[in-house]
Amino acid sequence: MTTSTVLAAAGAVSGGEAVTFWILAPLALAGAIGMIAARNAVHSALWLVLTMLSLGVFYVLQAGPFIGMVQIIVYTGAIMMLFLFVLMLVGRDASDSLIEVLRGQRIAAIGLGVGFAALLGSGTYRATQGTEAVGLEQANAGGNVQSIARLLFTDYVFAFELTAALLITATIGGMILAHVERRKEDRRDQVATMKARFTPGNYPGPKPGPGVFATSSSVATPARLPDGRLSDRSTPDILPVRELTAEETTLKGTEK
Amino acid sequence: MIPIAQPPSLSDFGHDPWWLVLGKIVFAFVVALLGTLLGVWFERRVVGRMAVRPGPNQLGPFGLLQTLADGLKMAFKEDILPKAADKVIYFIAPAISMICAVTMLSVIPFGPMVSIFGHQTPLQVTDVSVSVLVVLALSSMAVYGIVLAGWASGSTYPLLGGLRSTAQLISYEVSLGLSIVAVFMLAGTMSTSEIVAAQGQGVTLNLFGAELPGPGWFALLLFPSFVVFFISIVGETNRPPFDMPEAESELVAGFMTEYSSLKFALIMLSEYVAMVAMSAFTVTLFLGGWYAPWPISIWSGANSGWWPLLWFFAKVILLVFVFVWLRGTLPRLRYDQLMRLGWKVLIPVSLVWIVFLATWLKVQDWERNDRLVVFGILGGIALIAALFWPNRKPEQKPTVAEQVENRPQGSFPLPPMDLQVPPSPRTRRMVAEREPANVPAGQDSEEV
Repeated sequence: MTTSTVLAAAGAVSGGEAVTFWILAPLALAGAIGMIAARNAVHSALWLVLTMLSLGVFYVLQAGPFIGMVQIIVYTGAIMMLFLFVLMLVGRDASDSLIEVLRGQRIAAIGLGVGFAALLGSGTYRATQGTEAVGLEQANAGGNVQSIARLLFTDYVFAFELTAALLITATIGGMILAHVERRKEDRRDQVATMKARFTPGNYPGPKPGPGVFATSSSVATPARLPDGRLSDRSTPDILPVRELTAEETTLKGTEK
Repeated sequence: MIPIAQPPSLSDFGHDPWWLVLGKIVFAFVVALLGTLLGVWFERRVVGRMAVRPGPNQLGPFGLLQTLADGLKMAFKEDILPKAADKVIYFIAPAISMICAVTMLSVIPFGPMVSIFGHQTPLQVTDVSVSVLVVLALSSMAVYGIVLAGWASGSTYPLLGGLRSTAQLISYEVSLGLSIVAVFMLAGTMSTSEIVAAQGQGVTLNLFGAELPGPGWFALLLFPSFVVFFISIVGETNRPPFDMPEAESELVAGFMTEYSSLKFALIMLSEYVAMVAMSAFTVTLFLGGWYAPWPISIWSGANSGWWPLLWFFAKVILLVFVFVWLRGTLPRLRYDQLMRLGWKVLIPVSLVWIVFLATWLKVQDWERNDRLVVFGILGGIALIAALFWPNRKPEQKPTVAEQVENRPQGSFPLPPMDLQVPPSPRTRRMVAEREPANVPAGQDSEEV
């Protein structure tokens, strides 16, 4: 029997468990509040990570070491990490604005939230008051992990497989929606790209910058090739190429 | 004194007095720090030898103090905080990496039960029934250190490094977890000390009726898992050839580009501690932990007392050498190659291997005929799959001469294919104009 099992099996709350609870419970609450209050999306995600970590430790305290660790590995390690991934792609300066769109919405939300929390908390407290936790010994007989494994692969194997099938379906659906099918002939590998680059008619070197050897340094002025011709590869396609008139190219007399 | 030979079990933990617990924690921490100090030196020396140069050899005997000097120098450097940085997260990111890396060592069994000042205690800080999951959780939390360091720096290269590391570490964590499943199945436990104990005795393999004594190490029993696991931890510790998050040639230094001074030192430290901790984890899971390797294990006292500490660290150093060897040998993978290896090779291989192993373990106690039927069915499925697998016909590759022939008119000029450079007309002219050399005739008549 592990230490955590000893802690929870006694029924009464032991000293170590109480100390851990009173340290982590405020942290978990602070994480939840911080997640709402933080204006930066990444900060919000990190506050949520704090809450999830505290919950993981709570599970371990409640003699569920496996579920506690899985909570940390799956939720904080994988799911929140994917959240962060998306948030970082969105951009680091994407902060919420403080302008209230609906007047009084914030105060109403706070009031409703606190009321709901009080209702839920008091309801749970009254419902569980005086009840004795039973069956932990039997449930954890032969090890916590082994007992969970036995349940998952006997009584709940169908539900488990269905959940897995659901998740796989969602994943494959997402992949199909996002996937662009390209025919094999259209795919160009490195060798083909290099060959296309050196085919006659394509100039393999870098493009000349606009304004090179030209009468003006404007981006609209095409570069001149060594033989004096204009190179339209040097100007962006969206700019109209225009030849300057003689009047425009003469010195204005403003230069020193 | 009677040698204590029995491996510790979970019930042996949690009885230590407070000073012993503190001592063990300090020991694990010192292992982490010394591992870094010596690890950096070791790596530079070994890579130096592989590159035919001496490596650091000036400070201290064999250059042993070089890392210490580098660390001291780093502490006195200016600590730069970029203007665009997110200050709080920029500060805590290196700490997250460091804490996760060091905490991993707390569930690693360094040795068996020993007697310290009259207390019988296992040489391990602590063990729980899910120790291996604790290490996995810590390695998944260590990703936050890298990702947040990249994001909080507020510049492009670190952000790219952070994004790369997110994708890479999450992918390699999957194959890491899958490869450990085989160990769980064979050991029947998730606690590190019991996994080591399970590797202590050799197993008897029942190969079609014949009883064969086999080795106990999971690296031999579960060889495919071991290979997948080792490749995954190289990816998980960002070591070459999988060091995409800090690819020097592309991203300057990746997620740590903006870091300097002690914060940079902390990141470096956490990287090496993670390497040592992951090596120790591999030794624990696959290489028999603190058990003596075969020729030594004949000596009956090899696995008791303080000796196992020696075997354990010898194995860890061997694995760290492999890490360094990989770095000295292999070029860095491209990003798409890295992802393809992770998702299309390592994960399917692990899955197929787990299914095969589960079948094998399940049919161990069946009747011989039933067992043969099961393996016959499996072999038949594999055969049918191999027969009907869509094979790619190798295309006839045109020869170089044909390729040259088929080039369109006006193509880029090619050098001569036989690599014989035609003499330039200028040189020929100069040679023709040169006066004949006035050399007295000797034995050598083949003067040019």
